[in-house]
Amino acid sequence: MEKKKTANLDMKQYGMFIVLIAVFLIFAFMTGGKNLSPANINNLILQNSYVVILATGMLLCVLTGNVDLGVGSVVALCGAVVGVLLIDVKVPMVVAILAALIVGLLCGMFSGFFISVMGVPPFIVTLATMLMGRGATYTILKAQTKGPFNASYNYIGAGFLFPNAKIGNFNMICLLVAIIATVFIIIGEVKGIATKKKYGFAQNPFYQTVIKDGIFIFLVWFVLIKLGQYSGFPFVLVIMACIVGVYHFITSKTVAGRQIYALGGNRKAAQLSGIKTDRVFFWVYTNMGFLAGVAGVVLSARNGSATPKAGDQFEMDAIASCYLGGAAVAGGAGTIFGAVIGAFIMGVLNNGMSLYGWSTDIQKIVKGAVLLVAVTADLMSKRKK
Amino acid sequence: MSDYILEMNHITKEFSGVKALDDVNLKVKKGEIHGLCGENGAGKSTLMNVLSGVYPYGTYSGDIVYKGETCKFKDLKESEAKGIVIIHQELALSPLLSVAENVFIGNEQTSMKGVIDWTATRKKAQEMLAKVGLEHEDVNVPVNSLGVGKQQLIEIAKAMAKKVDLLILDEPTAALNDEESKKLLDIMLELKNHGVTSIIISHKLNELEYVCDALTIIRDGHTIETLNKGVDEFTEDRVIKGMVGREMTNRYPVREGVELGKVIFEVNNWNVYHPDDGERQMIRNINISVRAGEVVGLAGLMGAGRTEFAMSLFGKSYGQKISGTVKINGQEVHLNSVKDAIDSKLAYVSEDRKTYGLVLIDDIKHNMTMAALRKFFSKKGVVNANDEIVSAEEYKKRINVKANSIEQTVGSLSGGNQQKVVLAKWMLTQPDVLILDEPTRGIDVGAKYEIYCVINDLAKAGKAVIVISSEMQEIIGTCDRVYVINEGEIAGELNKDEVSQEKIMQCIMAHNRKGGE
Repeated sequence: MEKKKTANLDMKQYGMFIVLIAVFLIFAFMTGGKNLSPANINNLILQNSYVVILATGMLLCVLTGNVDLGVGSVVALCGAVVGVLLIDVKVPMVVAILAALIVGLLCGMFSGFFISVMGVPPFIVTLATMLMGRGATYTILKAQTKGPFNASYNYIGAGFLFPNAKIGNFNMICLLVAIIATVFIIIGEVKGIATKKKYGFAQNPFYQTVIKDGIFIFLVWFVLIKLGQYSGFPFVLVIMACIVGVYHFITSKTVAGRQIYALGGNRKAAQLSGIKTDRVFFWVYTNMGFLAGVAGVVLSARNGSATPKAGDQFEMDAIASCYLGGAAVAGGAGTIFGAVIGAFIMGVLNNGMSLYGWSTDIQKIVKGAVLLVAVTADLMSKRKK
Repeated sequence: MSDYILEMNHITKEFSGVKALDDVNLKVKKGEIHGLCGENGAGKSTLMNVLSGVYPYGTYSGDIVYKGETCKFKDLKESEAKGIVIIHQELALSPLLSVAENVFIGNEQTSMKGVIDWTATRKKAQEMLAKVGLEHEDVNVPVNSLGVGKQQLIEIAKAMAKKVDLLILDEPTAALNDEESKKLLDIMLELKNHGVTSIIISHKLNELEYVCDALTIIRDGHTIETLNKGVDEFTEDRVIKGMVGREMTNRYPVREGVELGKVIFEVNNWNVYHPDDGERQMIRNINISVRAGEVVGLAGLMGAGRTEFAMSLFGKSYGQKISGTVKINGQEVHLNSVKDAIDSKLAYVSEDRKTYGLVLIDDIKHNMTMAALRKFFSKKGVVNANDEIVSAEEYKKRINVKANSIEQTVGSLSGGNQQKVVLAKWMLTQPDVLILDEPTRGIDVGAKYEIYCVINDLAKAGKAVIVISSEMQEIIGTCDRVYVINEGEIAGELNKDEVSQEKIMQCIMAHNRKGGE
């Protein structure tokens, strides 16, 4: 094969990414650069960590063509479990965290059971868990806030890795992570090009690859330099990166992931291809419960307390993130990275509008409008074809 | 003026270059029951859709003269306004609404503008029911509490409520038992006495013989002949001859060097009941066997139970209370799930590729590897994307899927290419036994030929291939041996040298008669 095959980068894949950068720059302009400050970058990541975690799990539900309305309540319930165990029962921290994760898992299995075994539509089941979870939270907490937690628990939500490893005013961990990330991006790209060559697949034009990787590397350094100037590498970011990495792997590279896409794309065809769709549904919702447990721990640790109102409407943010990230409403299409970017678009919007001084009332209107415009634009672009 | 209520002259209708109807003529006298028969795909339903305006004026050529005036219907509403009502094969009743509501659905009895007059609705519904012999039914019960036969009659009552002059019935007795069919046909005769003209499409020739005054035979989009009761010979054999009398051209690739091996697929005493109705037996004591390298056809009319049989074999995907034994490669296997079936080297290519075969929004390569992913394209649950691409490219070339790349979404492909993708999907599971359900439905002649070639190659490679098709020509052209299935039972078995369309139809008719007694 002498002929060199090339294929342009699929710009749609990066469309929302560009939107994210654009929104960020617009607010940088509007707020006179306030949102570029190290403290704010740090804030953006801490504030959005639980939405990102939830959006990751929610994407799997959205891929099946459904949503989980109960996650906000499960987040609160898991936080409440931690609160009661740490403050009233005074168990060791590890036990409290495990208990919260197990409660999350059980909530997920509860939904999964009714959806897959009893065949109740997910919308109804999770509407029920939303009400039940919130009610259970109020009951457990007796409608009061439990706290404050001790510093070692709060570390999960608000701590930094080796905050004292500094040279001058800059945290070395961030520098290290930036270097490692850069090396990984470059190695990954080289390996990708090599396999494409080996199998004779189409290559992307070299300049496009350079621009793409250049932007990624720039962003990594930008964020990490800001974090390094502030307090260092947040522990939450470790959790978040691990979850996003693992779920990206599952959805894109494993049989289990592909089964979710197949199920969402055409349930009957998936069944007749040997996929046990009931089982897939069960695990998708169980997994969502587990991740809601993780988010519950992270949120309560960041707040330093458990409140009955915690996690209110988080499910909506998570669902909106998935759709903003390009997931198909009918199911079967969408990516983890898309959902993460969607979550950050929501986060950057919230953050920018707060800095600019708009009230939360106005913020809701803007967020709703952005979601509507994004999904409408997505549908229109598909219809043209 | 003539005594014809309807004349359809020189009707030609094309679908993307393929002529579904070619210069078709149909003349129906006022007050008669006119039968329309022909093989599946001959063009009967298309013709009725032209008449009722489903295909609006301008999308076909030729003219329709109804009650002496030329009609140019733009949609169903216009033809209904003229008193032409069509009742389709699938019932158009809303199952949870009451009988009365269904009779006047879309035609509501109103007192003031938009306000329903329930008294009038019930009273008139009762009148309409009386016309179809259902005067003792309660009009307030939901329609789904009645049997299929009565529901079919309610469809007719619904048509009566629209002041019908010309009633078109598309296979009205397909889902009915003999007693219910008889009742329906008698109602048709009764309506005839009241001046209603009817056109009936049916495969059940004995019914047409019983009820019709005249019969038009359509084959391959052409009108062959019109037979009149009392004038022409009006028997089943005569009609079958008209329906199938066609010369075979080489639409089927020649099978060379057919070498049959051992029996590798065997089904014994297979019984299946309806998934929603445990009393209703759909498949009764079916026994079949297929050898390695053999292509076996399952012939029969639509609704004979062939798809139900195949799907119940394939990991119990259809029905309940399934009993019987399956042997693959001499070993008895228990196929309790689709996964078991795939692992036992059985593959089933479904009749409806869009609903049961493909994920239309996904690309060719993912669709091709969907069923084989776990077994052949992954290690410990992790997909080997590179192997996947290599295999997809190989099969794209091998069975000639016409697409820009394997990344193209399946939804954008033509029917023939979609069908090839489904075939590739099942070939990739490396089966020994393949059941192909209507493998060429709705695809063009060229793609059909290519699919027949694939079937031949599979047989050559020592696979056992079962072809289910409603096109008898296709069964005869591709198969070494044919089982005729009718009403869930084997109605006959024919070898290659004895199989013909007449023989198949005779098997079915003989079986129908036996069942009717």
